[in-house]
This record gives sequence, structure tokens and C-alpha cells, in this order.
Amino acid sequence: MKGSLIVVGFFALGCLIGWGKLVPDSLISGNLTMYVLYFLMFQVGISIGCDKKLKDILCSIRPKLLLVPLATIIGTLIFSALVSLLLTQWSVFDCLAIGSGFAYYSLSSILITQLKEPTLGVQLATELGTIALMANIIREIFALLGAPLFVKYFGRLAPICAGGATTMDTTLPIITRYSGKDLVFVSIFHGILVDFTVPFFVSFFCSL
Amino acid sequence: MFTVIGIMFGGIAVGFLLRKIEFLQKIGKPISYTILLLLFLLGVSVGANDAIVSNLSTLGGQALLIALATTTGSVLAAWLVYRFFFKERSNA
Repeated sequence: MKGSLIVVGFFALGCLIGWGKLVPDSLISGNLTMYVLYFLMFQVGISIGCDKKLKDILCSIRPKLLLVPLATIIGTLIFSALVSLLLTQWSVFDCLAIGSGFAYYSLSSILITQLKEPTLGVQLATELGTIALMANIIREIFALLGAPLFVKYFGRLAPICAGGATTMDTTLPIITRYSGKDLVFVSIFHGILVDFTVPFFVSFFCSL
Repeated sequence: MFTVIGIMFGGIAVGFLLRKIEFLQKIGKPISYTILLLLFLLGVSVGANDAIVSNLSTLGGQALLIALATTTGSVLAAWLVYRFFFKERSNA
């Protein structure tokens, strides 16, 4: 939870500074964000490539366990598509791009803002990125607060699927508590796998 | 899109080739700092954008709706998978 507060804090600080017009326009209109994003994606790649656990995880996959991240992805995408019927302002692919953040709000919102800029323009792309940030933060909060309810009505896997890409770190303690210790491995495996899919799904839906 | 994914695959290749190097294992820290920097920059462009600031409640409402939908969808899918594939085993 502390990590999430820091993240929100940095975003809020940026909002205040931008709102107060305390920085030169060149910082916003320039390509700085784009290059920092490239730098970030390169680092994300390195972290995947040199992850020693990756091989163990790939070897220990049993087909049945894949059903859990699959449920998260399919359930999220179907309902993202459905909710686009209510949000007439945005296309179904915009909603799918936001949904496929799977609660990984930082990366998904940045990717959406940058990747949508060429087609939607700066204004709408920034709006969509802001929605993505808030929607995925709210999803993480739901996963944290709703875990006991989800277990009660939808079974022990429900908090894991609700947590999306966060189930190997921020929501792991709460999942362990309410879903049971025997699902810790499932939860970590699920988080890592869904986490890996975020850049792919988000950029795929942004390109449609 | 292809630039972003291409750069990531480049990073995967570099990371795989250099996986023996100790400090690359600790890349999680610089990643979180870069994310914080990017979110700060996103915040700056959101805050400087008067149209977004005045629309923040509308955007927040839409975000809430999407969050409700995605959570509901994944929880329902979890229930199906649990019911049909996992429950028998835990009862046995």
C-alpha cells in the first residue's frame, strides 16, 4: 500500500506543478516522455531477460494453472468491451487498452498516453491515459478491499483474478490471508504472467 | 507501438545475454524510479491541461465504471474456473 501511495503522490505532485505552470512548456510538448518511456521499456526487457526465476516458472507450469491467468484476461477483456457500450465517447479498443492494464496502472497509463497520441491527438490521449491510471488504481483498491467478499461469493481464486498483474507483490499479502496459503504460488505465478502480458495487450489494442 | 515492443525485446535479449552480471538482477529499483519519473511527467501534462483538470470528475467517473467492469469480469471468470476445475480437488 505504501508503494501505491508513493506512486499516486508523484502523479499528484506532477499535477500540482503542471497546474501551477511551474515548468517550461518544452518539458510537456517535447519528446522527453517518449525517450524516458523507451528507456523504461528497455529496462523492463532486461528484467525479463535476466530473470533467473523465469526458467523455473516456465518449467513448473501445469496446464491447469494457466486457467487462472486466462480467466483474468478473458473476464477482464469481455467486460471492458461491454463497458465500452456505456462509454460512448471511447471506442471499444480504447476500453480494451485500459482494461488490459490489469491493475498495472503506472505502465499502462503511460503506454496508452504515448501510443494513442498519433491517432487521438495529445488532448484525448492524455485524457485516456488519465482514465487508465485511475481505473487501474481503483481496480487495485477493489482487489485489496474486496478480497474477503470475493472469496465468500466467488471462490478462492476470485481475489487472484481481481488483482490482475499485482498479485505477486502489492495484493499478495491480502490474497494469502483470504484465499489461503496454498494458493500463494498460484498467485505469484498468475501475477508474473499477467504482468508480462500488459505491454503486449496495451500496445496491441492501442494500435487497432 | 513496434518501437516500444522492439525496444523491450532488445532489452530481453541484452538481459538474457548479460544475465550472469550481478547488478542487472537488481533492475527492479531503477525501473520503479523511471516509472515514478514518468508518472510525474504524466501528472505535469495532466495538471497543465485545463480541459482535463475541469473534466477530472467525469474522467474519474468513467475510470470507476471501467474498474467496476474489469473487476466484475475477472471475478466471474475466476468463479467459473474455480467451480469447474479446482473445487473437486480441494474437496477430495
